[in-house]
Amino acid sequence: MSTETPDRGSNPLRDPLDRRLPRIAGPSGLIIFGVTGDLSRKKLMPAVYDLANRGLLPPGFALVGFARRSWENEDFAQEVHDAVKEHARTPFREEVWQQLAEGCRFVQGDFDDDTAFETLKSTIEELDKARGTGGNFAFYLSVPPKFFPNVVQQLKKHGLSQGTGDSWRRAVIEKPFGHDLASAQDLNRIVHDVFPPNEVFRIDHYLGKETVQNILALRFANTMYEPIWNRSYVDHVQITMAEDIGIGGRAGYYDGIGAARDVIQNHLLQLLALTAMEEPGSFHPKALTAEKLKVLGAVQLPDDLGKHTVRGQYAHAWQGGEEVLGYLEEDGIDPKSKTDTYAAIKLEINNRRWAGVPFYLRTGKRLGRRVTEIAVIFKRAPYLPFESGATEELGQNALVIRVQPDEGVTVRFGSKVPGTSTEVRDVTMDFAYGESFTESSPEAYERLILDVLLGDANLFPRHQEVELSWTILDPIEAYWDKHGKPAQYASGTWGPAEADEMLARDGRSWRRP
Amino acid sequence: MKIDLTDTTSARINTGLIDARRAIGTPAVGMVLTLVIVTDEGSAYDALKAAHEASREHPSRILAVIKRPGRSPRERAGARLDAEVVVGDEAGTGETVVLRMHGELANHAESVVLPLLLPDAPVVCWWPDQAPEKAGTDPLGRLAQRRITDASSAEDPVGSLVVRADGYTPGDTDLAWTRLTPWRSMLAAALDQKHSTITAAAVEGEAYNASTELLALWLADRLGVEVERKVSDGPGITAVRLVTGDGDICLDRSDGRLAELSVPGQPDRHVALKRRETAELIAEELRRLDPDDIYRATVQYGVKHLVSTARSGKGTDDGGPTAAARATPPAAKKAASGGKAATSK
Repeated sequence: MSTETPDRGSNPLRDPLDRRLPRIAGPSGLIIFGVTGDLSRKKLMPAVYDLANRGLLPPGFALVGFARRSWENEDFAQEVHDAVKEHARTPFREEVWQQLAEGCRFVQGDFDDDTAFETLKSTIEELDKARGTGGNFAFYLSVPPKFFPNVVQQLKKHGLSQGTGDSWRRAVIEKPFGHDLASAQDLNRIVHDVFPPNEVFRIDHYLGKETVQNILALRFANTMYEPIWNRSYVDHVQITMAEDIGIGGRAGYYDGIGAARDVIQNHLLQLLALTAMEEPGSFHPKALTAEKLKVLGAVQLPDDLGKHTVRGQYAHAWQGGEEVLGYLEEDGIDPKSKTDTYAAIKLEINNRRWAGVPFYLRTGKRLGRRVTEIAVIFKRAPYLPFESGATEELGQNALVIRVQPDEGVTVRFGSKVPGTSTEVRDVTMDFAYGESFTESSPEAYERLILDVLLGDANLFPRHQEVELSWTILDPIEAYWDKHGKPAQYASGTWGPAEADEMLARDGRSWRRP
Repeated sequence: MKIDLTDTTSARINTGLIDARRAIGTPAVGMVLTLVIVTDEGSAYDALKAAHEASREHPSRILAVIKRPGRSPRERAGARLDAEVVVGDEAGTGETVVLRMHGELANHAESVVLPLLLPDAPVVCWWPDQAPEKAGTDPLGRLAQRRITDASSAEDPVGSLVVRADGYTPGDTDLAWTRLTPWRSMLAAALDQKHSTITAAAVEGEAYNASTELLALWLADRLGVEVERKVSDGPGITAVRLVTGDGDICLDRSDGRLAELSVPGQPDRHVALKRRETAELIAEELRRLDPDDIYRATVQYGVKHLVSTARSGKGTDDGGPTAAARATPPAAKKAASGGKAATSK
């Protein structure tokens, strides 16, 4: 009997018309370095379980933890069990757990411990035999970037970075992707030295969010937005990511990095790229990346960085009924630290669509509330045929994409107030995900892990994008280094007064998100 | 918020819906579809419960049509519409109207339902038990883009597949088919991997189970091999075996919960394959509202074989393996697909 090697297209049970059948990952396993960390417990393990529960993982899927702790396989399985019970989105079901638990393995060791990596290698071989994982493994590096070189070199040294035959090995890395252009290039070199660029998946969990993917649907599946999505109609764009928490226990990581490097470089510039890019020829990763690179390449910094960028630090204050410490009073922070916990910058995009339309990006910790949104603010109508005073309360039309929480889209426009006199006031039309679609959309990590296993790179920033974002941010960081120090803002407010002045200079004001 | 309306009309029900929404303070709603459930007093409770659960994923206006034509000639001659409007809390995320149609009105349900459909939103019609023979031409079915029947609730589940195939209109679907999705996706995933040519197949499941029959037909249609139907004690489908030159690819689920997948040259593995609740099935059905061509192909592929099955099915009472849905061997496949084209007209 001849052995066929059917690709997915020739599988007689699959048919493009059969849209009930989901994409299930092929035989594979996930190996998590730094498995004892918070991210792994709160996000990765629950996401793996939720995928299994939705029937999207292959039978025989393997989950391998690698950490210093001296655990047996059973201890690790128990840890996964607890994490899943506490944090998973979907209900706990014994049979799903049973399927998953059989594939749990734990390898104990340090990152420079050769025997540990030999154990890892034999674990992989054992899994191929016992679980049929077929040599396909993704290495999730949930460890601080300073360990990356160590880990990837070890993987290479022990022959783990390359599969045999047509099996694959992939590397998954989390931000930060460096702290400036040079370090990002170093990091890319180190990782690409071991894994080919198309097998490296950079996780920006924002891109896994439904609302962010919906930007593309909103813009390119509809006809009513694209005609006004340009400088003729758009006055300016505000992209905000606000957190209400402080730095918590992350002092060691955060000090010296700051809000701009932590958030603007990756999340906000990606949101900007998706909002401003031209329509890609297809949703193939190459086409999408090409468009994102084009628009990021067209980004222009203001000439006077002092006037059009602002940074701040949260100060001791009462926030939402709680007295909270200022940044400089936090544990482990140098009282003279110049690290920014708030950053606002103005960017322009030099192309036909956007020339002259400012994009204001801001992010901060200990702000009014936790919210991420993209607000496209439109120009006022060129002429208003109403009596004077009738449109006094009319603001600018706006389209707001609420990324989180309360995911949805709001359109703000003017409407006549009922009554005998003509008076126009702002009203909103609202679309909420929770109202029209499933109550709980899949977590970003579910989608991203599944995409890694399927080898679908659409939602992952490529290394060129990362490097390009650093070229945008580096001059700003360099300027901040030499000039002045962060402005103080009371915790629980919407940032320093300087940020309001920065917009007032352009005759605009920040939206209260 | 619950409003009872006795001897009422569609217009008054519409007013009641608006009043109820105002009263609980949510004038704007994001409902995505109208779900019409056609049922009787006995099954209404379970069906509504499932629909409310499904409405968490698909906020919808649920219209439960309960026909009470009456027993005496006097009752039959009269006509009365009673309605129960429920918004918020117990109505899931949307709103629910239970419509009780008495007497002659039971024959004109569509006249009540039409004014109550959401504007510009899809309509789905679901018969949890007794479904009309041709759902697509039924006065209520005609209003809907998607018509959901359930062969497994019929007196003769396997025989009712023949009825579904004969009366198929684009947009029809059956919960017996929906129940198969996890099986089908697992089998498709198994065949995504390297395997030798499949020469035969077998499907094992309890007797009088329309899903088992449909799975056999789907495999026969897609693989072009003979599929043997074996009867087991259940629950539901218990095993699928694909015979290849290197050995059998087998998906075996004896407890209705956890299955074991064995593939030649690979270790046996467990797969969670739980039998799903009606609410989950309805939620899956509401996810796509376009015609399901694969369902059509599968159910119509079997028309001929099922005719004989229905007869032999009645003959065998318990246990013994029947030569039930013995689907066409490869040689006869051409004739079968020719026949398929003829039946679909």
